[in-house]
Amino acid sequence: MSTHASQQFVQRLAPWALPILLLAIWQLSVSAGWLSTRILPAPSAVIAAGVNLVSSGEIWTHLAISGWRAGMGFAIGGGIGLALGFITGLSKWGERLLDSSVQMIRNIPHLALIPLVILWFGIDETAKVFLVALGTLFPIYLNTYHGIRNIDPALVEMSRSYGLSGFSLFWHVILPGAMPSILVGVRFALGFMWLTLIVAETISASSGIGYLAMNAREFLQTDVVVLAIVLYAILGKLADLAARGLERVCLRWHPAYQVTKGGAA
Amino acid sequence: MSSLKQQQPAHLLRGIPLAVQQLKKTFGSREVLKNIDLHIPAGQFVAVVGRSGCGKSTLLRLLAGLDKPTAGELLAGSGKLVDAREDTRLMFQEARLLPWKKIIDNVGLGLSGDWRSQALDALEAVGLAERADEWPAALSGGQKQRVALARALIHQPRLLLLDEPLGALDALTRIEMQQLIENLWRKHGFTVLLVTHDVSEAVAIADRVILIEEGRIGLDLLVDLPRPRARGSHRLAALETQVLERVLSLPGTPPEPEPVSPLPTQLRWAN
Repeated sequence: MSTHASQQFVQRLAPWALPILLLAIWQLSVSAGWLSTRILPAPSAVIAAGVNLVSSGEIWTHLAISGWRAGMGFAIGGGIGLALGFITGLSKWGERLLDSSVQMIRNIPHLALIPLVILWFGIDETAKVFLVALGTLFPIYLNTYHGIRNIDPALVEMSRSYGLSGFSLFWHVILPGAMPSILVGVRFALGFMWLTLIVAETISASSGIGYLAMNAREFLQTDVVVLAIVLYAILGKLADLAARGLERVCLRWHPAYQVTKGGAA
Repeated sequence: MSSLKQQQPAHLLRGIPLAVQQLKKTFGSREVLKNIDLHIPAGQFVAVVGRSGCGKSTLLRLLAGLDKPTAGELLAGSGKLVDAREDTRLMFQEARLLPWKKIIDNVGLGLSGDWRSQALDALEAVGLAERADEWPAALSGGQKQRVALARALIHQPRLLLLDEPLGALDALTRIEMQQLIENLWRKHGFTVLLVTHDVSEAVAIADRVILIEEGRIGLDLLVDLPRPRARGSHRLAALETQVLERVLSLPGTPPEPEPVSPLPTQLRWAN
C-alpha cells in the first residue's frame, strides 16, 4: 500500500496512543507490586471480574434494573418538564402562574432531598425513580420554555397569515422551532439522569449497578468497584450517543447538524 | 383545484378590485396614516413609494390583515376585504421560509390534501423545481424569495401584497425577480400592491405609482407605457424624475423607525 494510506492509519491511531500507554503503565505497576490491589486492581482483573459477572448472568439483572430506573425517571421527569415548558412557553397566563414557582423549586438541589425522599418512599424503587425524575425535569423544562420563547416571531406571523393556527401552528412551526433547544435540554437531562441514579443507588439499594459497587466495597473487591464505575461511564456514553442520534434525525435541516463528507462530527 | 400551469378560466384569474375609504391608523399618539382614500381596479399593478416611515408598510399590513385599522373601511369589490383573506397573500421583506421544512413543504405550507404536484408546478413557475427536496439553508437570498413567491402563488391569490420583497437582493437578482413577478402577474391577472423605496423599480414595473407622504397620498401617477418596457428608456427616466422631485421637494422628516414592529404583540409601541 502507499505511504499515504499508512500515514492515514497512523493518524487514526494517534489519539489512542496515550490511553493505551496509561493502561499499560497501570497494568505494569500492579503486576510489579508498586500499586496495591486494594487501591487499584489491574485492568486485567477488572476485565476478569466483568467476564465473571457476565458468565454468571448477574450483571444483566443489575444493568436491567438500573436501566429501568433511569428510563422511568427520565420518561416521567422529561414528560412533566416538556408539558410544563409548553404551558409556560405557549400561554402568558401559564407563564405568570407557573414559571416563578418552577424556578424556585429548581433552585433546590434535588440530591439534598434524599433524606426526605427516603422518609417518604422508603428505599424502594419509587424513591430512586422520583429522584431521577426530579433531576431530569428542570433541564428539559427550562430549555423547552426557552426554545418556544426564542422562535422568530416573523415566522409565526408569516404562518398565521398563511392560515396556520392552533394545533397546526404548534406542529409545523412552534415544535420544530423549539426542537434544537429541547434537545439541548435532553442532553443535559441524560447527564443528570445517570448522576442522580449513581447517588441514589449508592445510598440505598438492593440491586443495580450502584448496589453492585457498594456490595463489592464491603468485601474489598476493588475490581468489581472499578467495573461498576466503567459500566456507568459506558452507559453515560451510550445515552449521549442516543441524544446525538436524535439531534441528527430531528435537526437534519439545521446547517450545524448536517453531516458533510469526510467530517462527521 | 387545477395546476398553476394550466390556463384558468378568466373569471377565476381576475384580481380583486380594492377600495380603501378614509383609512386611519395610529400607534399610540402617533398618526401614521391619515385619511387614505384609494381605489384600485381589478388586476392593476400598483407600486407604493415613499420615504421610510411614511406609512407605506403600515398600509400594506392593514391590507394583509396583520394590523387593524383605527378607522376607515377596507373593501374588496362589494364585500369586506377581511372576507377575502383566503384570496390575499403577502410576501415579506425577508423570505421567512421555515428552515425545518424542505423547500417543497415550505411551498405547501397551510395546504391540505394532495398538493405536492401543485407545489412542484409553483416551483417550476419560479424556476426552482429541481431544488424542491433541499433545505432552505442551501438557497441564496434571491432563491429564497423566489420560493416565497411560489408559496404565495400556490394559493392562486387574487390580491398579492409585496412588502419590499426585493429590498435585500443584489441589483441583477432584483431585475430578474421584477421580470418574474411581472410575467406571473400578466399570466394570472391578480391585483398587485408593491411597496418599495426604489422609485425606478416602481415606474419600471407598475401600472400606477402612489407616493405616500406623512400618512397621506401625495402623488397618484399612472404609468401608461406599453409592456415589456425597455429599462433605461427616457420616458421611464422622465417619470422617475417626476416622482423623485416630488419626494425630495418636501423637507425630510427626521429619521424615525418604520412604524411597523416585527413582533405581533406590538410591544415597541406599548408606551
